[in-house]
Amino acid sequence: MHHQGIPNTQPYGCCPGRSDWLGDQDAIEFMCKEAPDAVIELEHFGVPFSRTEDGRIYQRPFGGMTTHYGEGTAQRTCAAADRTGHAMLHTLYQQSLKHDAEFYVEYFAIDLIMDEGCCRGVVAIDLATGRLHRFRSQMVILATGGYGRAYFSCTSAHTCTGDGNAMVIRAGLPVQDMEFVQFHPTGIYGAGMLITEGVRGEGGYLTNSSGERFMDRYAPNARDLASRDVVSRSMTIEIREGRGVGPDKDHIHLHLEHLGPEVIAERLPGIAESARIFAGVDVTRAPIPVLPTVHYNMGGIPANYNGEVVTLRDGNPDAVVPGLMAVGEAACVSVHGANRLGSNSLLDLVVFGRSAARHCARLIKPGQRQAVLPAAAGKNSVDRIDRLRNASGSRSTAEIRLEMQKTMQNHAAVFRTGESLNEGAQLLRTTFKSFSDVRVSDRSMIWNTDLIETMELENLLLNAVATIESAANRLESRGAHAREDYPDRDDISWMKHTLSWIDAQGNVSFGYRPVHLQTLTDDVATVPPKARVY
Amino acid sequence: MPVAEFRLPPNSRVRKGRHFPAAAGTANVRRFAVYRYDPDTGENPRIDTYDVDMDSCGPMVLDALIKIKNEIDPTLTFRRSCREGICGSCAMNIDGGNTLACTMAADAVRGEVRIYPLPHMPVVKDLVPDLTNFYAQYASIKPWLQSRTPAPPDRERLQSKKDQERIDEPAACILCACCSTSCPSYWWNSDRYLGPAALLAAYRWLVDSRDEATGERLDDLEDPFRLYRCHTIMNCTQTCPKGLNPARAIAETKKMLAERRH
Repeated sequence: MHHQGIPNTQPYGCCPGRSDWLGDQDAIEFMCKEAPDAVIELEHFGVPFSRTEDGRIYQRPFGGMTTHYGEGTAQRTCAAADRTGHAMLHTLYQQSLKHDAEFYVEYFAIDLIMDEGCCRGVVAIDLATGRLHRFRSQMVILATGGYGRAYFSCTSAHTCTGDGNAMVIRAGLPVQDMEFVQFHPTGIYGAGMLITEGVRGEGGYLTNSSGERFMDRYAPNARDLASRDVVSRSMTIEIREGRGVGPDKDHIHLHLEHLGPEVIAERLPGIAESARIFAGVDVTRAPIPVLPTVHYNMGGIPANYNGEVVTLRDGNPDAVVPGLMAVGEAACVSVHGANRLGSNSLLDLVVFGRSAARHCARLIKPGQRQAVLPAAAGKNSVDRIDRLRNASGSRSTAEIRLEMQKTMQNHAAVFRTGESLNEGAQLLRTTFKSFSDVRVSDRSMIWNTDLIETMELENLLLNAVATIESAANRLESRGAHAREDYPDRDDISWMKHTLSWIDAQGNVSFGYRPVHLQTLTDDVATVPPKARVY
Repeated sequence: MPVAEFRLPPNSRVRKGRHFPAAAGTANVRRFAVYRYDPDTGENPRIDTYDVDMDSCGPMVLDALIKIKNEIDPTLTFRRSCREGICGSCAMNIDGGNTLACTMAADAVRGEVRIYPLPHMPVVKDLVPDLTNFYAQYASIKPWLQSRTPAPPDRERLQSKKDQERIDEPAACILCACCSTSCPSYWWNSDRYLGPAALLAAYRWLVDSRDEATGERLDDLEDPFRLYRCHTIMNCTQTCPKGLNPARAIAETKKMLAERRH
């Protein structure tokens, strides 16, 4: 969590650069300005932040964070040990209990209810009973997270299946910048669990097979705390050139032994636990085996800094879709641009979550009447569920899913070429088509996870197609999108957001939105594009 | 009429179910015996056994369950999400103890791996228990910061490192329900006894230096059932997959109440 208010640092300067000039500077300024208030509000809500000697919120350095537009490294990530996200999630759940928010627990949202370009609600299934519900609403806010599970190896949960993105795609709206997929440098080799960047913030470092701290060569200033795309690519080069560790020389070592048991126990207890359980490593004695692993989707549903979903309509690239908002990893605001900075996901979701709530308060009056739904609203969802629940094709959900994940892992990874991307896109088209031959074994209406996983797979396939086709379409390298056949950033042709629409057959069409290069106010200067250096 | 009924009622008695053998020639096989309950038929629960090829399976019990669902029997139903011990979804009873399937290595079990839902909860389907009451009890302890003193408008409340340490461990609870459903007192009296998870949450706010509702919180707990059905059996601490100590938190809460009387 990024917090500039406590030490006198100036975070705005580093964001446009680290986003590799694909971030919208108005939204970035908004996020940086709102950050201190948002963090203080979380503390007031009761988040159990770690503390400094004088009782203030503890802050640590994180990857890619700089001061003075890239000259120094900054220490400004507020932390609750190494489980800040967990602490925030529980605190916010507690606040929602305090305010008596009504939860529909274990309901799975299937589709948006759209009416003449406006969103009027959602259709959802109650897992416990199998009943379908039409929820009418003044505002639908999608907070469905990313789609890491489109890949074979990812740090994210099994439920990260891009459901919101897919709901938007099925509603005929575009998703944005889907080619930008962040590989976190330090996923546990084999298992994929995330080892937080806080480890390197606390002084952890990477070595290759000869024990060399190779990041010194790639990023002499930021070293192990360079941006994630830079560290991931450096690691990949080391492995490719035969300097990986392990019997197959296919991963890298992350060291924190030198930090000492006290620092590890106080600041990184969860990491010590994860490494012990999932890698069998005692971090006070041995390095953790790590590998760049899919971690975050910069792309998603195009939204403005009020949370409103936008689209390209009649030449207007910022046309608002009434009744629909998106926040968090599902959204593409775009503050992360081509490459998100460590800890900015938590900041993004708390800042834009608040912003969306405030904008709802401006737009919606208490007691406002719901519009009458079109008679057939939700019928397509009923048909889909019916079709899938009784699907008796020849391919299991797991088989199709694995094929998609392997294709994405092999063809849309850290380094990309046109040849490999196009080949991957072709393979994916075949997989996509084979979904019509899917087989669901569980016919029950009660807690039918076979059915839910199949609907999640259908959602993942749309996300995967958008990702690989957008990656093949973008003929340059920028942030997390590294094309070996187009190694340079091309601001003249490609300093723009990709929009992709996908039809029911899986055909993709593209459009573009300009990057907002102007800041929101005159308080900070617009940062003109320049090459990123660490 | 007998003094106590020691057998399960007829409709809860677990039967032998189907067996799914491994493919011929599989070298490294582990047998998983899994509780199944089909709400559609309402038939008695059964134990299905699956022989899993461990050479093509991850190390954790959850890896095996996912492999079974993917490759052998897609109808097997269980909760899972993060697969790294932070979301608490895959809490279940494995080899007789409550734990998270995602952090429990199959190697840690000798012989057949027996997998049941969390004990003494209504079963919705297979390994999925109904946790409605568990969540309601959590909400009932008002698990949010309460203070009369307004927070400073433009900065955080201060808290010493020592005070922070007191809430650090209880705040790490993931609400997986392993502890509460391992507690015999909770089995008998879950309608009135809060159980270790909710009491750990209550303690987290009792010892938070920023919270000013200590008196009211203690008043709410001072009840023969809500708190004092804890008989220091300590199953909760024994079973917690995060290594937390709800039993100590409950003991400390009882001490706070005792001290308040003097």
